[in-house]
Amino acid sequence: MLYREAGQFKSDYASDQAIFPIAQDRWFMAIALLVAFVVIPYTFDEYMLQAVMIPFLIFALATIGLNLLLGYCGQLSLGTGGFMAVGGYSAYKFAIAFPEMNMIVVFALSGLCAAFVGIMFGVPSLRIKGFYLAVATLAAQFFLQWLFNKVAWFYNYNSSGTITAPPREMFGYMVTGPEATAEVRYILTLSIVVVMALVAKNLVRGHIGRSWMAIRDMDIAAEIIGIRPMQTKLSAFAISSFYCGVAGALMVFTWLGSVETEAFSINESFQVLFMVIIGGLGSILGSFLGAAFITSVPILLTNLPQAFGLEMAIDLQKHFEVMIFGSLIIFFLIVEPLGFARLWQITKEKLRLWPFPY
Amino acid sequence: MDVLLTIFVDPFLDMFSDPVFFMEVIVTGLLTGVMYSLVALGFVLIFKASGVFNFAQGAMVLFAALTLVGLMERGVPVWLALIITAGLMTILAVLIERLVLRPLVNQPEIILFMATIGITFFLEGFGETVWGSDIHPLDVGIPAESFEIAGMLLNEFDIYAAVIGAVMVVTLAIFFQKTAIGRALRAVADDHQAALSVGIPLKTIWIVVWSVAGFVGLVAGIMWGSKSGVQFSLSLIALKALPVLILGGFTSIPGAIVGGLIIGVGEKIAEIYWGPLVGGAIETWFAFMLALVFLLFRPQGLFGEKIIERV
Repeated sequence: MLYREAGQFKSDYASDQAIFPIAQDRWFMAIALLVAFVVIPYTFDEYMLQAVMIPFLIFALATIGLNLLLGYCGQLSLGTGGFMAVGGYSAYKFAIAFPEMNMIVVFALSGLCAAFVGIMFGVPSLRIKGFYLAVATLAAQFFLQWLFNKVAWFYNYNSSGTITAPPREMFGYMVTGPEATAEVRYILTLSIVVVMALVAKNLVRGHIGRSWMAIRDMDIAAEIIGIRPMQTKLSAFAISSFYCGVAGALMVFTWLGSVETEAFSINESFQVLFMVIIGGLGSILGSFLGAAFITSVPILLTNLPQAFGLEMAIDLQKHFEVMIFGSLIIFFLIVEPLGFARLWQITKEKLRLWPFPY
Repeated sequence: MDVLLTIFVDPFLDMFSDPVFFMEVIVTGLLTGVMYSLVALGFVLIFKASGVFNFAQGAMVLFAALTLVGLMERGVPVWLALIITAGLMTILAVLIERLVLRPLVNQPEIILFMATIGITFFLEGFGETVWGSDIHPLDVGIPAESFEIAGMLLNEFDIYAAVIGAVMVVTLAIFFQKTAIGRALRAVADDHQAALSVGIPLKTIWIVVWSVAGFVGLVAGIMWGSKSGVQFSLSLIALKALPVLILGGFTSIPGAIVGGLIIGVGEKIAEIYWGPLVGGAIETWFAFMLALVFLLFRPQGLFGEKIIERV
């Protein structure tokens, strides 16, 4: 009743190929964007924006990145944290070296750096696959983390070894640094994430995305129909790392403000991997759902026991969190390998017939 | 030119100018390598028998060590604690087979791999919820006196580790080659369906092999735990077993041993002679980089079966 596309006729190719062919979907997206851009900054307090919404958006971006690689091209990478570190540190170097540079350009350049590193570590994927590749990408994770920790040039030789986002402004607003308000940071992060998500959505339904999926489903067959494995796999690594790099840069500039290499540890890689699996392999929407879920579990674990009047030690909470993530991964892999995105799709299909399913 | 000299010439001069120290580095590396091999053995066992790449082996090592040390801290004698822990590892094997592997039969191997990442997290969280996350010293009565041979300073403990490793490999070899279960295991590893059709119970075999991997994990956990205390970082050390596997090949028990020794010696030499040039601590990634370069030239490892792709 609410979600029925009867009567919506497509009379040209453009409307047939639209991202959201159903009017209700377009309305839903418009409302969601309106809420995200207008309602949330006005109603949420600083804590909610800074500690919940911004990390959610940043992880969603990293998850889209890994999803392009793992969900669409089928190459498992455990080096997400390392690629995010490349983004974060190169954004810092660019912002310090060129103070006049627009922040968007800084983020784009840091993404390009990450893409370049991604290509280098993606080269082994031409010869190996599956968990062999996973081990190879672990090399990226450990090597990059060590590199940014040991080579003082990356953090401008300061004694603490941390990098701190310098204050920069855009359109007359401070967007990074201690004076930037949470609302401005949120809007900046949101804008970048929305644009990049849209680009990703278009990428995966275009030529590149289809060749990724062909490689994922059966690489030999893909090769036979004329898809070049080298370009395809390396482009997946490059674009995926670009997304992770921008996410890492945003992590430094709009979320944490100052970071050490520990912020990009292997735990981050696993966390993003979990977001991809739980959200749904091969789905852009799923990336958002997975990121939302994984970032909200720790918050729920902090607040739920208190709501029932129970006290929970912080380290116990942490262990519970790890346990819950582990069980959920297994649960989702067994019951719904396509994750939340599939559940959402099922709901939509049910909704089309509701309330008269016959 | 100077740079090239410091990279390519000076470390070798250092090696030759102090051969005793060089030997000591090699022996220490070999002994560390034995420890890596112990962890890697568990991976190989499971991979051979079920084709599952068990990322959770490190967590199993940690979990076994935590359980053992937790029991001992509560006054349980060593032998009883060992038996209880071994029993728990068997129960764990049954649970994993029942709850994780059986529902995922016939899934692509990458899905099973990710499921074992889930097991890893669950075990880490569970172990630490039950036993706490402090560093527990573990002492099961292995002597750890230092002594000197030919000017090299060695630790008795490392020698024991090497002996235990050797004993375990021999036991596993006999178990695989001579017993009925071992033969069944090899049959399953060769071809699941053919094994099933000659009446080998696949479920039992999987439980057996996961239990054996659990015991191997327990031994590895005891050795690592006695060396550096039982703590969370054990599961990270276990990640080092992955490059060992790549070097040795996923399906070869001798490969796991040789790979472990190569990685152990390689990273010690790299750390001591080349590490200072780049600021040290290259042990964290050297093994992985070595594996990565190795993969480019010989993806199947030193002893692994050649990967042949057919349509």
